[in-house]
Amino acid sequence: MTKSELISQLAAKQPQLDYRDVELAVKELLAQMGAALAAGERIEVRGFGSFSLRYRPPRIGRNPKTGASVAVSDKHVPHFKPGKELRERVNEAESN
Amino acid sequence: MALTKADLAESLFNELGLNKREAKEFVELFFENIRAALARGEQVKISGFGNFGVRKKSPRPGRNPKTGQEIPISARRVVTFRASHKLKERVEQNAGLRAKVKERAKLNAGSGG
Repeated sequence: MTKSELISQLAAKQPQLDYRDVELAVKELLAQMGAALAAGERIEVRGFGSFSLRYRPPRIGRNPKTGASVAVSDKHVPHFKPGKELRERVNEAESN
Repeated sequence: MALTKADLAESLFNELGLNKREAKEFVELFFENIRAALARGEQVKISGFGNFGVRKKSPRPGRNPKTGQEIPISARRVVTFRASHKLKERVEQNAGLRAKVKERAKLNAGSGG
């Protein structure tokens, strides 16, 4: 499923909203979520999961082509931890 | 303070003028549709944000870390998330965060001595 497919599905389920409004609403939600993570804030959605940042300390990396070592500075990377309902539903599908 | 569904609904109310009930329902439906796709085993690709995927894990022997007792871990499907380059870049460029980490490191070094 892509973002535009998600928008179409939501538009079908929310007939009182214009397609354009659904598109704007999805973009707004993603913008809020992106901004929260960019600001170092966590996202917590009950039943879906939480997004947080994980710290990666500085390290000496290597250029895989030349083998030359490169200093890689420390950074934060986004991390997603699925919530209970999501975990269970995805896993249940396996046993069926 | 973490961003929650209530905050997201609030932004739909403020920025798009959905009424509060519609906004709450929309946020719920947004996450539900992603969950349903993943439960079907579908990959979910949100450009500019990231990709959610489903991975199959084979059964493996596990251990209760407290008692050391061996327990089998059954085969399962798990959700993975890979942030997009755009999101990763935005997170990395946050100079404030980096300063916070440096400060913490300094504090830790100080308390150690």
